[in-house]
Amino acid sequence: MNALETHNLNKSFGSLVVADDISLSLPKGARHALIGPNGAGKTTLINLMTGALTPDSGTVHLGDVDITGLESNERVKKGLGRTFQINTLFPKLTPLESTTMAICERMGVAGRWLSPLANQSDAIDEAFELLKQIGLADDCTKITTDLAYGQQRLLEIALALATKPQVLLLDEPAAGIPKSESAALFEAIAALPEEISVLFIEHDMNLVFTFASRITVLVQGKVLVEGTPDEIAHDPLVREVYLGGADHG
Amino acid sequence: MQQQITDPQKWMRQKTRISPIEIAFWLSVLAVPYIFFPNYLALANQIAATAIFCISLDLIIGYAGIISLGHAAFFGLGAYAAGILSQKGWGEPITGALFGAIFAGFGGWIVSFMIVRVQHLALLMITLGLGFLLVELANTLDWLTGGSDGLVGIDTWNLFGVFKFTFWGHTAYGYTLGATFLVFLLARRLVNSPFGLALETIRENPQRTTALGVPNRARLQKVFTISAAIAGLAGAILTQTTETVSLDSLGFQHSADIAVMLILGGTGRLYGAILGTIIFMVARDQLSGMNPQYWYFWIGLLLMIVVLFMPRGILGGLEKLMEKVRGL
Repeated sequence: MNALETHNLNKSFGSLVVADDISLSLPKGARHALIGPNGAGKTTLINLMTGALTPDSGTVHLGDVDITGLESNERVKKGLGRTFQINTLFPKLTPLESTTMAICERMGVAGRWLSPLANQSDAIDEAFELLKQIGLADDCTKITTDLAYGQQRLLEIALALATKPQVLLLDEPAAGIPKSESAALFEAIAALPEEISVLFIEHDMNLVFTFASRITVLVQGKVLVEGTPDEIAHDPLVREVYLGGADHG
Repeated sequence: MQQQITDPQKWMRQKTRISPIEIAFWLSVLAVPYIFFPNYLALANQIAATAIFCISLDLIIGYAGIISLGHAAFFGLGAYAAGILSQKGWGEPITGALFGAIFAGFGGWIVSFMIVRVQHLALLMITLGLGFLLVELANTLDWLTGGSDGLVGIDTWNLFGVFKFTFWGHTAYGYTLGATFLVFLLARRLVNSPFGLALETIRENPQRTTALGVPNRARLQKVFTISAAIAGLAGAILTQTTETVSLDSLGFQHSADIAVMLILGGTGRLYGAILGTIIFMVARDQLSGMNPQYWYFWIGLLLMIVVLFMPRGILGGLEKLMEKVRGL
């Protein structure tokens, strides 16, 4: 059984087709890269998977559950986590608070309004541990806007991990980070527990070929080809349309 | 508060510790009016009740990010509910106040279904419209509410069966201030709870909270309902202690005033709501004594200065000043 599957997803905005009959499956433990030129519909596909967008037709399955009809937040509860290409954080709060909130929500205690947050010792400790793991412990009581950009990217991932996802969708996790640092960020991603299935969008082909076990190439809302890194590297279509074309790194 | 930490629980707890300044503040608002301004107890009572109202608005604007220009609707619902209950023969203050709060909270719960579906300008218009609607409704139901003449015949029984509500207002101020303190403790507990943190994250970035599994609408509905109940409590208590309610209590001017008080004091800090209320109401009392027609000129000026130069309100500005003084 696959961790995540989409069946014939379609989505148009007016006459603009952004997802054209996309069927994709993510086996358990996958490290799957989604590549394609700008405007190919990569983020749109993630939004369709998470429920941020509703498909015109087609279905999304998480494990053996059809989640197409679920709200975004309900999908998270089922184990579908995501990060955003552009930092989508809580500017005035600290990483410790942000992560603690995410864990409280996962534990089902975030609706409690008569007991102090400080009593949620399990959630607070877990948040601190998670931030330690990802390398943010030293700055976890700074306001998010005061963090360096690279740290904010790490917080993006920490927040997604706090939901304990089975499937993690990473939308250009290294976007905006200098090349020298992005490898380290991907090491952190590669070090994620094996049972988490990861789908990531990335423009840097070195990173893609280093970390992905499978690659899907998306062009104009359509799956052009899917295969192992080796197959993709030698696919004539891909070479022509994508790798041989303009540099999109 | 930006040092490296080893004990995250301790850090979380530190943020909510009660400071000596706070204790001094509450002791002084208890003692100062009784000892130094016994002739102003009626004003002090109004300020204390309005502070409850302002705290209720801070919960939704300051913490949850729901902007409202019609919050007086719930103040008025509580005021009329408690007033009519008393007029019909039940004047026991504490149960009456709770009745007003529950009635307004129920109204808030119904309205919350609409509120959480809209944002920005639409939110302002819905809350504004709600206020208009209720004023006209109360005006039309004059057999029940007294219409534009106001509700008369309210009789509040002795507090705890012992303390009589007199013209001098000793009992009234004690009663209202006690309620203000309890509401403050409740609100403080709420904002320092996991729920309070969830509200702040929704205010900061609803897109992200959704991606973390937070049911935004349900959370916002809950705080809106609680806030409406507290606003209703404020209305009920002011009605009981003044033994009158008028249509103005529901109206736009009242909603706008309370928003101004909150912005003046500073949103999202509870004490900002209290401080803003004190400044606004004392200024209104003093300025309108000097020049009854033009006192809003000065409030308008003060509001503009605060918003321009102290974006976090007067309390936020004071905090910043303190930090600077400490840093010297």
